[in-house]
Amino acid sequence: MTSGISNNQADAGLESRHLLDVRDLATRFATAEGYVQAVNGVSFHIDEGEILGLVGESGCGKSVTSLSIMRLVPNPPGEITRGSVLFEGRDLQKISEREMRRVRGGSIGMIFQEPMTSLNPVLTIGRQITEAIEVHLDLKRASARNRAVEILDRVGLPDPRRRFDDYPHQLSGGQRQRVMIAMAISCNPRLLIADEATTALDVTIQAQILELLQSLCEEFRMALLIITHNLGVVARYAQRVAVMYAGKIIETGAADQIYSAPRHPYTAGLLSSVPRLDAAVGARLTPIEGEIPDLANLPPGCAFEPRCRWAVDRCRAESPGLIHVEPGHDAACWEYERVALDLAANRQRS
Amino acid sequence: MTSGLSRPDSPDTPGASRPEEGEVAPFDGPTLAVRDLRVHFPITSGFLLRRQTGTVKAVDGLSFDIAPGETLGLVGESGSGKTTTGRAILQLQRPTSGSVEFRGVELTSMSAAKLRPLRSEMQIIFQDPYGSLNPRMSAGRIIGEPLAVHGLAGDKNQRRERVAELLGRVGLNSAMMDRYPHEFSGGQRQRIGIARALAGEPSFIVCDEPVSALDVSIQAQILNLLSDLQDEFNISYLFIAHDLSVVRHISDRVAVMYLGKIMELATSAELYENPMHPYTRALMSAVPIPDPRLERQRERIVLEGDMPSPINPPSGCVFRTRCPIATEECAGVVPELTERSPGHRVACIKV
Ligand SMILES: Nc1ncnc2c1ncn2[C@@H]1O[C@H](COP(=O)(O)OP(=O)(O)OP(=O)(O)O)[C@@H](O)[C@H]1O
Ligand SMILES: Nc1ncnc2c1ncn2[C@@H]1O[C@H](COP(=O)(O)OP(=O)(O)OP(=O)(O)O)[C@@H](O)[C@H]1O
Ligand SMILES: [Mg+2]
Ligand SMILES: [Mg+2]
Repeated sequence: MTSGISNNQADAGLESRHLLDVRDLATRFATAEGYVQAVNGVSFHIDEGEILGLVGESGCGKSVTSLSIMRLVPNPPGEITRGSVLFEGRDLQKISEREMRRVRGGSIGMIFQEPMTSLNPVLTIGRQITEAIEVHLDLKRASARNRAVEILDRVGLPDPRRRFDDYPHQLSGGQRQRVMIAMAISCNPRLLIADEATTALDVTIQAQILELLQSLCEEFRMALLIITHNLGVVARYAQRVAVMYAGKIIETGAADQIYSAPRHPYTAGLLSSVPRLDAAVGARLTPIEGEIPDLANLPPGCAFEPRCRWAVDRCRAESPGLIHVEPGHDAACWEYERVALDLAANRQRS
Repeated sequence: MTSGLSRPDSPDTPGASRPEEGEVAPFDGPTLAVRDLRVHFPITSGFLLRRQTGTVKAVDGLSFDIAPGETLGLVGESGSGKTTTGRAILQLQRPTSGSVEFRGVELTSMSAAKLRPLRSEMQIIFQDPYGSLNPRMSAGRIIGEPLAVHGLAGDKNQRRERVAELLGRVGLNSAMMDRYPHEFSGGQRQRIGIARALAGEPSFIVCDEPVSALDVSIQAQILNLLSDLQDEFNISYLFIAHDLSVVRHISDRVAVMYLGKIMELATSAELYENPMHPYTRALMSAVPIPDPRLERQRERIVLEGDMPSPINPPSGCVFRTRCPIATEECAGVVPELTERSPGHRVACIKV
């Protein structure tokens, strides 16, 4: 299936006006404790030129979501059990592995969480970039080299012409991460997935890189999926946000909606846990009590229920799907109205 | 924090005159007084004949005080010398020069044997809750060991009791005493590290990135715990982290470090409201605030390049190679950390 405009086919329903449209994606891992339901029915979309922030704490399934989109989940033990990933009108779950290889590093670029495992230690950094450029952009070696040097310069690698023939181990951690970023953007991707791309870097370097990625979105209408646990980064750069908890997106909406009037107790809890640079001195944090659930033994109801102070009987019995709360804003909470009222009253008081 | 009774060479001594009650040896100065602290590491090369070919000035002339019950935050980019500073204060790394006085007692000239009894009073909590706990020891033994070493809690039963009390104090169940580190989550392991540090009833703790590896919700729990313990036991902290929001949240005063030097030192409120050093301003603007509306209005100063190598630091002001307002003058003079308003010190000749 190479065309998404095939109306009379079995998957005719799978059309999308979005650049990327992920629907009901589910991925699990077989482990000694049973199946770990890492991604449990995730849906979201991104448009051209848009920046979407995917946030959530460690282990909630952010990386497995992106690996599932790219069909890079190790199998076994991993297995995508359902869902579709529509990209430029095609379902990436259905195309051949050969076609998928052209998508990876071509129209979808990806920056992985662990830079050392994703650079080849026996190839010079220059060669790793030109290889991708030659394949995807069909350039000759000399012009590929020029393009690679130009991109390395843009990501702020000092003296790129000289560093071109260095091996990954000769670079610092921050420099390796910049090379990863250069590789990911070297082929003019339509979509860039940045999984904790700047987390290991110093904030001043993080700012350099994110400003660059933002400018690519503005100039070339590149779409950007920023995966991070840093709520500040998302607030600064993303137009829309998806918050993940225990394998599900539990709230999604415009950044302004999510940050100023969250409806899900987990989102609200995250926001009151982070120290803010602009907070008054002596302000106390309000942490979320308890710990994240075991993904191999999820409760039948809402996965956040054991930690939730708004929980009612229904939350224990029945898992809420995303509920439309206002235009562009969905939350997976039965009690979202009560939560919103309480939070608004709290804000009034403080 | 009141400020008075500062000694002639004391650059800042908030609360220095605050008396302490019930102390064996009454001492009304700062818990910690650091003067012109330097740690230089030799760089050697050659295989058979190792020759020194250079020096890393990891810490290069720091001076500050920490009052009883006060938290001084130390913030800076990777490699700026934060960990080395903490280790040098505790004499885990002997300084190249300078003075470190703990409750009025000079540590740098003290032998390892003389230092040992003081160790229970000066503790350290590490970033990595995984790496810093011995995987073959139960939580109870990890926490109880300092008690045994310093002979602080009589027999085995008394020790178990004290360990149970400490576990409770850091929010863990005393039944968890017999579990091993791998059976705890990251946040729980960090609590064990804190309980171990508390065992010796310290008056000073170096917290080296204690929450950097933790998720935000767990991070908030640990930060609250550290504040509560400080209020309860009047402990002084040197709180080291690269995250300025976290440092500002927990600290009374903050020192901003760059390439082994302090660029600016001010109270947490003053640092946000009136940052003066161009590095502080850039650092501050690089830290995003979780508030999209506010973010759209904030000024963004993007620094170019990386922090230079500490082996060949720039002449004059070490920040000048990335500084938006540097001029030729800055290459010639090493700026001194001078007081601009009470308690606010800045090392820059341009502001
Ligand atoms: N190969 C694997 N085998 C078994 N379980 C796995 C495997 N890879 C991931 N998981 C599990 O899937 C869940 C989701 O992991 P994922 O890496 O997506 O989390 P994350 O949100 O990216 O977290 P972090 O913020 O720490 O990167 C976790 O519980 C993890 O333990
Ligand atoms: N034992 C050592 N020998 C040689 N150089 C060292 C040694 N320990 C630290 N350094 C160097 O001293 C400088 C300061 O290191 P330090 O670990 O104190 O930085 P830091 O501010 O704690 O950084 P991070 O945020 O990465 O923990 C670095 O350039 C480091 O490479
Ligand atoms: Mg991840
Ligand atoms: Mg360190």
